[in-house]
Amino acid sequence: MLTDLFATDLQLGAAQALITVVLALGVILYARRQNIHMAQETGFALLRGIVQVLAMGSVLFLLLDQPLWAAVPVLLAMQLAGSSIAARRSKAIARVWWVCFRGIGIGSGLLIVTMTILGVIDWEMGAVIPVGSMIIANAMNTVALSLDRFQSEIESHVGEIDAALALGADPRTAVRPHVQAATEAGLIPQLNSLRSLGIVWIPGLMTGMILAGTDPIYAALYQFVVLAMLFSGSGLSTLISMFLVRTHVFSPAMQLILRPGAEVEDAAQAAT
Amino acid sequence: MKHKSETEAVTMKQNQGFVYLRTEELSWQRNGQQIVEEISVEVSRGDIVAVAGPSGAGKSSFLRLLNRLTEPTSGKVYLEGQDYTEIAPQELRRRLGMVMQLPYLFPGTVAENIRFGPAQRGQQLGDSEISELLERVSLGGYAARDISNLSVGEAQRVSLARTLANDPEVLLLDEPTSALDRAAEQEVEELIREIITAQQLTCLIVTHNMEQARRMAERAMLIREGRLIAMGPAKEVLNAD
Repeated sequence: MLTDLFATDLQLGAAQALITVVLALGVILYARRQNIHMAQETGFALLRGIVQVLAMGSVLFLLLDQPLWAAVPVLLAMQLAGSSIAARRSKAIARVWWVCFRGIGIGSGLLIVTMTILGVIDWEMGAVIPVGSMIIANAMNTVALSLDRFQSEIESHVGEIDAALALGADPRTAVRPHVQAATEAGLIPQLNSLRSLGIVWIPGLMTGMILAGTDPIYAALYQFVVLAMLFSGSGLSTLISMFLVRTHVFSPAMQLILRPGAEVEDAAQAAT
Repeated sequence: MKHKSETEAVTMKQNQGFVYLRTEELSWQRNGQQIVEEISVEVSRGDIVAVAGPSGAGKSSFLRLLNRLTEPTSGKVYLEGQDYTEIAPQELRRRLGMVMQLPYLFPGTVAENIRFGPAQRGQQLGDSEISELLERVSLGGYAARDISNLSVGEAQRVSLARTLANDPEVLLLDEPTSALDRAAEQEVEELIREIITAQQLTCLIVTHNMEQARRMAERAMLIREGRLIAMGPAKEVLNAD
């Protein structure tokens, strides 16, 4: 219907974006009536989202004809931004940004490089940046969820952790059950995506490939490849982040510094 | 895990009176608030010291500073004359075994909990050693029981056995009976008294219950608002309060 009203893709896209924004505003208004106040945060996120994605579209347009190495600074910038976003909810953990940066960087970086070398991701800018960004974004979400869960696990099990330390356990042993719980919690959305693939949802990439005329079986297989890559990248990033973060909640003298009510500055100071 | 042999017990008796634990102007601040303020005390081997005072006086914080679960803001702690920062934290905590206000048992069986401490040093406790430890806390036959099936009193006794499994030189007891009902409180209190007497352990017991402090300790230190008010024979210090 909309396609009949607009002459160019740009006009059509703007109209479609406007409709979805109106829909999102409707959700915000309904939430407000239920005393759920998310207007400011969601409004800002919507605005930010559209600006960012348009900027990325423009960058991609400019980069398409560039050599492949030009993807490196773009993906690195994405990783920097992703680390900051992932670290935001777990600020009580000392030097958490550094944990996210290394976790997401090593996890997703290893995967992108390996998959590109093996040819699973096409050796071209138009594939490396979009698929790489999906891997980084999913790693960011999983790491953020795991760290958030890790922080709440620690804060609600201070007694057990102190008891383990008092019995002569090292920090890694003392937090082991909480690292396991946090890692599993972070990976639940990724596992659910894999489980429900083709039953509950048909992802956008596959839909786009079919609409563009690709063989539906190949499109389905490639979609699975992408999801499996996202799971591996997220899993690796989370495992690395969890491995790194274990010691960030303890002082050098093996004292638990992440405690409910402890000031972040105190915790950070004790950890150095 | 070994019971103290007779020879060890005689040596310990001979060592009694020697300063084992000494603090020097030990202080701790949290979020700018002084919780423990310049406490200097000496505890001899074999002493049983009650750390008494009202709730929120800083008694538990003082105890946590002793086994370095909390880092002092200033001041020193010496163990047999050695600055405790020179001792690896894991070894220090084994030597100064702590029983907390709540048992905080780990998920699993009683035996798994008892094995935890020695396993940290690569030592595997045998079934007979676990049974012996459990006998000492009057829980014979409980080794295979899941901790979710224990009463609070039983759990606190497992917690005591778990600490004893580490063969500590000092027992730090942080209100070990405060979460128990009257009957369980008396049972656990008696048990602790028996164990520290039989093993001639040096012991610091935090309590806000003055009667308990009088019953259990020979010496007492009274803390208020983080400061040491008095230290001496339990009856004198506690009766003066």
